[in-house]
Amino acid sequence: MNTDLIIAMVITLVGASTPILIAALGELVVEKSGVLNLGLEGMMLTGAVVGFAVTYTTGSPWLGVAAAALAGVLVSMIFAILTLTLSSNQVATGLALTIFGTGFSALFGQPFTGKPIELFRSVFPPELAMHPVLKVIFGYSPLVYFSLAMVVAVWWFLHRTRAGLILRAVGESDISAHSIGYPVIGVRYLAVAFGGAMAGIAGSCFPLILTPQWVERLTSGRGWIALALVVFSAWRPFRLLAGAYLFGLIATMELYAKAAGGSFRILPSELWASLPYLATILVLVLISLRSKGSTGAPACLGRPFTPMN
Amino acid sequence: MTVFNARPMNRRDVLKIGVAASAVPLLGSRAFAQKAKVKAAFVMIGTPDDNGWNFGHDTGRKYMLDKLGADKVETTVVTNVAEGPDSERVFRELAQQGNDIIFGTSFGFGTYMEKVAKQFPDVKFEWATGYETMPNLSIYNAKFHEGRAVIGTIAGMMSKSGIGAYIGSFPIPEVFMGANAFHLAARKKNPNFVTKVVYVDSWFDPPKEADAARALIDQGVDVITQHTDGPAALQVLEEAIKQGKPVIGGFGQGADMSAFAPEAHLTAIIDNWGPYYTKAVGSVLDGTWVSSSFWGGIKDGEVVIGPYNKKIPADVVAEADRVKAGIADGSIHPFAGPIVDTTGKVRAAEGDIIDDGEFWAAEAWYAEGMQA
Repeated sequence: MNTDLIIAMVITLVGASTPILIAALGELVVEKSGVLNLGLEGMMLTGAVVGFAVTYTTGSPWLGVAAAALAGVLVSMIFAILTLTLSSNQVATGLALTIFGTGFSALFGQPFTGKPIELFRSVFPPELAMHPVLKVIFGYSPLVYFSLAMVVAVWWFLHRTRAGLILRAVGESDISAHSIGYPVIGVRYLAVAFGGAMAGIAGSCFPLILTPQWVERLTSGRGWIALALVVFSAWRPFRLLAGAYLFGLIATMELYAKAAGGSFRILPSELWASLPYLATILVLVLISLRSKGSTGAPACLGRPFTPMN
Repeated sequence: MTVFNARPMNRRDVLKIGVAASAVPLLGSRAFAQKAKVKAAFVMIGTPDDNGWNFGHDTGRKYMLDKLGADKVETTVVTNVAEGPDSERVFRELAQQGNDIIFGTSFGFGTYMEKVAKQFPDVKFEWATGYETMPNLSIYNAKFHEGRAVIGTIAGMMSKSGIGAYIGSFPIPEVFMGANAFHLAARKKNPNFVTKVVYVDSWFDPPKEADAARALIDQGVDVITQHTDGPAALQVLEEAIKQGKPVIGGFGQGADMSAFAPEAHLTAIIDNWGPYYTKAVGSVLDGTWVSSSFWGGIKDGEVVIGPYNKKIPADVVAEADRVKAGIADGSIHPFAGPIVDTTGKVRAAEGDIIDDGEFWAAEAWYAEGMQA
């Protein structure tokens, strides 16, 4: 293996990991507030189609990403009103949101299929972005740097700010948080909106950095992997970063090993494809062994909250 | 007559045999009821806007509608049907809704169509890329591998690195057959040509198809053909050309995909199902439909090679056209010997050919020089 190949692999790996990382970061915050939103895939598809449509019409990927975030927020608000205000079942509503997002994106995207757009490229000068070695640092889409910055931001917010503490309190014990005067429902609305925005941006990564087209079901199940990663990370942002890149590495390794052929074909491809899920199960087992049954999940995860007074 | 089955015959059986017996002498003579209007349904694994496989079938449906007339045919399209038990429900519902002929346009629908076909003996079923017929279930397929031989010729002549790639979905006969045809044709032009075969375990996963194309380009591949349903690999090739990487290009699969990759798109293998759909639905209309097995290729106009990219040199175009014409008139066969596989086993001796049909029963094998 030469350096060029390793650099090329890293670039592919980062591209494959970024949407999953962004979506999972949003979901992590949502879950930390005690809400389980299984509608990730639906919100990502909505973000993907809106991001594509706006980029295609305006020619500006920046506007595309912003619109995708906004679309994600709007769709997540459907979920929020149903589960937070009307106290409907979060699992069922989340699944319904995925089905809705799939259908909506297909309908909305019809006029945009078969149309190519330009990729959302690095904003660094070509001397850096196209440099054979330095491109491993400077050659990415702004969305990649955004995802890394958000890992730090989410960690800082959750663990170093008062607002983050309140959000975690709401997720760990909604009744206590409520009784000392914190707006449980309000906090959860904001968390769900943040999750929606991140899922929308994650969706826009598909047409903007991976494959510059819109087709139905473009995200091909990446939302479910992001959901698994949140559990995998035990709700910790930096472990989530590691998990997302590990997933990207496995997915990329699979293809590079296959492309190399011969002795590089270490494992059958079906096994490669199931590795991220196997790893999730393994990590869950390890965590529960170590912490005697607790997986680090927020105590109120998935439980509807109805204020008594 | 008792050979039909072991159980004692009941009245219904007698009736069936009676009907069958009375119909046999009249076959083909418009003895069956002619229909004023036919209801035809199409079940698709994806959506027509994939610009590939499903697009091809939908284009065929529109062609058929156009030829037979909307006053004669009414069509229903059900999209995004997974190749699983749920498809059985879809086929049953379509049969109950009074469709006269139902097309299942993907291989994995077969088992479920067969079940429903037994329950609805009056409804005609058509299984694309299928392998067994029933009295009311026809199969139809296209010799895609003939198209692969044409693009393999182009790849063999144009590739600078001598390394091409075949991004496949699953190692099923249709796919490894196409990969072999591509490789064998390329080797005729470049005896050292190598074809890397990569399976992405899906018919439709654009991000993964794109990543596979990146992985291949990074390892010296300069020509890629894909056997999945979309243009993702072509877009990666286009991007690589823009970045100045030494790649030549790729090929559209199922439909012309040049809009996605004007530089990289060399030509396309276009599935032209229209004439077959017109014939099948037309025969239901005039009451002459009989269960059949149809496998059309370049000769039948079912497999069409799209326009060539301007950057393909004239001698390559001439050679591709020669192969195309040879396949059409039978003088060139994609699987003409000598063919040796990767394990050194002789698959076809000099002067022999491997009959297209033989692949359907075979385990996946790859000709010498392929990496899979």
